[in-house]
Amino acid sequence: MVELTINNLNVKAKEGMTILDAAKSVGIKIPTLCHLSNMMPTGACRMCVVEVSGTRGLVPSCAYPVSNGIVVDTNSPRVRKARKTIVELLIENHPQDCLVCVRNKNCELQNFSEQYSIREHRFSGESKCHAIDISSASMERDPAKCILCGRCVRICNEVQKIGAIDFTNRGFKSNVTTPYNKGLNVSDCILCGQCILVCPTAALREKSSLKEVTNALNNKAKIPIVQIAPAVRASLGEEYNLPLGTNVTGQLVTALKRLGFKYVFDTNFAADLTIIEEAAELQNRIVNNKTMPMFTSCCPGWVKYIEQNRPNLLNHVSTCKSPHEMEGAVLKTYFAQKTGLKPEDLFVVSIMPCTVKKFESERPELSENKLMDVDEVLTTRELVRLFKMAGIEFEDLPESEFDNPLGESTGAAAIFGTSGGVMEAALRTAYFNLTGKELENLELLDIRGMQGIKESSIKINDLVINVAVVNGIGNIKPILEQIENGTSKYHFIEVMACPGGCINGGGQPIHQKTEKLIKRVKVLYQIDKNMQNRRSHENESVKKLYDEFFEKPNSHKAHEILHTTYVDRKEILKN
Amino acid sequence: MNSFLEILNSNEIDKQDFISACSNPNNHSISDELKNEINELNKKLKYETHDLPLIFIGMGTCGLASGAEKVKSAIEKELQKLNLKAQIIPTGCIGYCAKEVIVDVKLPGNLRISYGEITPNDIPKFIRKTIVEQDIYREKVLGSFGNGVEGIKNISDLPFFRRQKKIVLENCGIISPLSIDEYIANGGFKALNKILKSYSRKDVVDDIIKSGLRGRGGGGFPTGKKWEFAYNQNSEIKYLICNADEGDPGAFMDRSVLESDPFKLIEGMIIGAYAIGACFGYIYCRAEYPLAIARLENTIHLCENYGLLGENILGSNFSFKIKIKKGAGAFVCGEETALIASIEGKRGMPKPRPPYPVISGLWGKPTVINNVETFANITTIINNGSGWFSNIGTESSKGTKVFALSGMVEFSGLVEVPMGITLREVVFDIGGGIPNGRKFKAVQIGGPSGGCLPESVLDTKVDYESLKQVGAMMGSGGFVVMDEGTCMVDVAKFFLTFIQNESCGKCVPCREGTKRMLEIIERIPISYKGTTNKLDQLQRFKGIIHLERLAEVIQDTSLCGLGQTAPNPVLSGLRYFKEEYESHLFDRECHAGVCKELLTYKVITDICNGCGLCARKCPTEAIVGEAKHPYTIVESKCIKCGMCIETCRFEAIEAI
Repeated sequence: MVELTINNLNVKAKEGMTILDAAKSVGIKIPTLCHLSNMMPTGACRMCVVEVSGTRGLVPSCAYPVSNGIVVDTNSPRVRKARKTIVELLIENHPQDCLVCVRNKNCELQNFSEQYSIREHRFSGESKCHAIDISSASMERDPAKCILCGRCVRICNEVQKIGAIDFTNRGFKSNVTTPYNKGLNVSDCILCGQCILVCPTAALREKSSLKEVTNALNNKAKIPIVQIAPAVRASLGEEYNLPLGTNVTGQLVTALKRLGFKYVFDTNFAADLTIIEEAAELQNRIVNNKTMPMFTSCCPGWVKYIEQNRPNLLNHVSTCKSPHEMEGAVLKTYFAQKTGLKPEDLFVVSIMPCTVKKFESERPELSENKLMDVDEVLTTRELVRLFKMAGIEFEDLPESEFDNPLGESTGAAAIFGTSGGVMEAALRTAYFNLTGKELENLELLDIRGMQGIKESSIKINDLVINVAVVNGIGNIKPILEQIENGTSKYHFIEVMACPGGCINGGGQPIHQKTEKLIKRVKVLYQIDKNMQNRRSHENESVKKLYDEFFEKPNSHKAHEILHTTYVDRKEILKN
Repeated sequence: MNSFLEILNSNEIDKQDFISACSNPNNHSISDELKNEINELNKKLKYETHDLPLIFIGMGTCGLASGAEKVKSAIEKELQKLNLKAQIIPTGCIGYCAKEVIVDVKLPGNLRISYGEITPNDIPKFIRKTIVEQDIYREKVLGSFGNGVEGIKNISDLPFFRRQKKIVLENCGIISPLSIDEYIANGGFKALNKILKSYSRKDVVDDIIKSGLRGRGGGGFPTGKKWEFAYNQNSEIKYLICNADEGDPGAFMDRSVLESDPFKLIEGMIIGAYAIGACFGYIYCRAEYPLAIARLENTIHLCENYGLLGENILGSNFSFKIKIKKGAGAFVCGEETALIASIEGKRGMPKPRPPYPVISGLWGKPTVINNVETFANITTIINNGSGWFSNIGTESSKGTKVFALSGMVEFSGLVEVPMGITLREVVFDIGGGIPNGRKFKAVQIGGPSGGCLPESVLDTKVDYESLKQVGAMMGSGGFVVMDEGTCMVDVAKFFLTFIQNESCGKCVPCREGTKRMLEIIERIPISYKGTTNKLDQLQRFKGIIHLERLAEVIQDTSLCGLGQTAPNPVLSGLRYFKEEYESHLFDRECHAGVCKELLTYKVITDICNGCGLCARKCPTEAIVGEAKHPYTIVESKCIKCGMCIETCRFEAIEAI
């Protein structure tokens, strides 16, 4: 233990702790900009500077370790002057278009401007000028709004280990951009959107689909249908200042109905369907000695990653479409047939916690009879914008139920939204399929939680099935290498590109509250726990779907509608 | 015998005794024949005995830039023509750059005599006089090495050399930088031999601490202390890095050492590595120093051949290797954490300290980074003892400092002065004062991190603390003298532009702040005459009001030394030359005549004879008049391009 003084308070701190953390432990907040918790400090923004006795200049509290007897002042006139000047310098080189900015009222720079009472432009001069990169299907990059804090670069390089963006040029000309300043679409980017979540301004943002969706809602000839991903219900409340971890499923359905959607379905239905198909595929691979291990295919970021980086391993990836694409495909075939609606009149919108889903929905493979399975994808954030535009006061909404038949789901589907969930759901059903018995202990704690790679094994008849869960694309490399060397012991591997899974997807509400992941995950596990049916094969609507339409899992028809193919993007990117 | 390598290969002597056998063969049990051969070789290498006339040509970058290559080929041609034989020895730079190309001639049995400003045109006469007639080419003689030639001064008595004390530069320009044998014959690797034989690692560290040597790269951190930190680190792998990324405008001290005496540097590095326990070293040298890199490569190669680098150096159990890493020319890579990042193959950006590199540096291992000049001091300290070294200099700053004396001074060049000498002595005694009868205005010390000091503080002593007190800093050794024709606002602009170009862009105050400072300074010498936009003028004053605050914040909050010291040129300007800023601001006048926008071009009617040439050349037709009568310049049309002044043959146009 180390004893120091912060703002005249005696503080005890652990050795190796930074001043920033020590101050936080006694309720003193120090502003930060480039800081990312749990990562090595870079000391770039200088917002967190404090005065420390015996040092010449101000020191960055995020990088400065505590030591015995030091006297720290986090709020001296000198410190405030420095911070204010830094905010002013940042603002002078930032577009002055807050009123028309997508991050208006949720911008860290704007907050600082307000916090430090900046009321005039004292250091006006040249400001940088860059074109907006709109090349990708999911994301936009607006370097003019970038304040070069470097958080996106670190998330992309150190956490996701993709390295699609980095700093280029020097000094005032510094820029965060893709290699050779080309478009994101031809970079290594997998569009996971983790960079958006850490961007303090609107320099990184999703590509908006609001216009397309509102047009469809206004189009009398179209029948707007919406589906909601599992993770959205666990996070959307945050945008309305509800406590972290509020489940808003019921209100969401009501709000979507009020927006004018004819049907409000649940992607969880398709999640159950995915499990049936995926479990059957796994069973098929095991029984017939086909390519092993098998990877899940729910996460389009992961699929894009393997297409770009290891196309040689693509036959390890399950051919199942991702759940919302399955839901779209079922809507435009089975549902249209059943209700007598024309498939081309259906306009399917997916509400997703994800940015890559936008890219995915444009993949030509994901279509039936030249009709895209899903017409548009909105992120959680975009949906909130739509609600606010429509004057929907979320807090006071009554709850409603999903429409059926594509609204029914089990507990297994609910946990799709968190890392390990797909695996847990798949094992519950695979066990039943192979043994004819139900798995007794449904909650597989080994594969829950936030570790990078989670492992478990389950004994099914005489066979021990080894499974792994890759939590965040940054952890994938050793797993892929094992497969390439032939040393992989696994049968089935779940991969989610975003750390934590979909609940931390790139389309989720943006704020830097550290406990958000745990709270959101809790919601999903709670939904699972409260469900009568907790295994995908218990979903009556899914059963009916097979009876009426697909006959059996992995049938010829199921293959045509519920499965897909992949492309070698390494080849494409090369050119 | 042609080379000491033969001793090593003769197997007559232990590797441990190799170096001492080279200089003192008589103390070793080797055959008399070998002893004689070694003694002969030594005399030859020290140029004590030779049959042919020796011609030394200063071929450092400064010499080459002045045409040393041409002089050399002219000499060769002339010798061939006259069918004369002489040995031509390319050396490094002796420091007297103003007098390049410097050629020394030594005839057998005579003193070595130095000649300056030799051009290829001199050569026929020069060769006839010196080689054929064995006389002295008096027109261009500088001095002799040693006393005894009538009418010629000992070179060390020349004003330029008299006040200097050469430790780092002792061999520069004297011996060939290409020959390891010459270095050994002149006492090279004695220090290394000494410590390997009789010093523990701690002894070396203690010796350097006692010597009081401080880092010559700018910060002035005690070298011994740094080594001690690294020595105390419990790590199997440690690194030693030589920072040769010299980048201050007007500074070329390190280059000269690298080009002229690379062995001294390498020896210093090996000793440093021994002291801290490093097994691997890097020399981070900027790629813009091709000659230095070529010489370093040659040096490392030779040292490896001689068993002075590599496994079991000189038969000891100490091993050390050196690799050269070429820097791509980023100024900020001179900052140690950025330099480390660059070696690691990352973008050259500084990291917050702590952790300091001595704790966690290159690849996360304890790393000592010292400047070229620092390492070049080590051998002398070991050889002469720490007490000898600490007797030189002032209380807080020991030893000597090399400065690159440049700018408006009679004798520019590389000077090594004992700490404690005054700035006035450097400028006027060594540098010979300001040429062309102009007045001294300021001296810029410490490069972009330093400051401009006026006449009033010229009696400041050269040491780390005194310089800091007056608003400059030791820096790496740039020493630019400015005369009255220099505008201090313009100087501030120059350095801020430099900083802006070289800022890595990582931290906000340096990236954005110095840009705003530059913009504020750039607005000062604008006249705003004729602009209707009052906002521009308002901005100009607003900038001035906030300039000091901005400078303080940049100093206070920047991540690395580059940013922390970036405002120094402006702040020292405001401290010592406030009136000059004010006359720009309020009177819109630049007395030095540098800031074009503030100048008014006028025809001196008494001189103008009305030839009309200027009017024809003026691009804006701003000059009007009648032939054979004095012309007039219409101020509102004049764009101050200066074409008229250049054109006028009668000096009838002035800019005030």
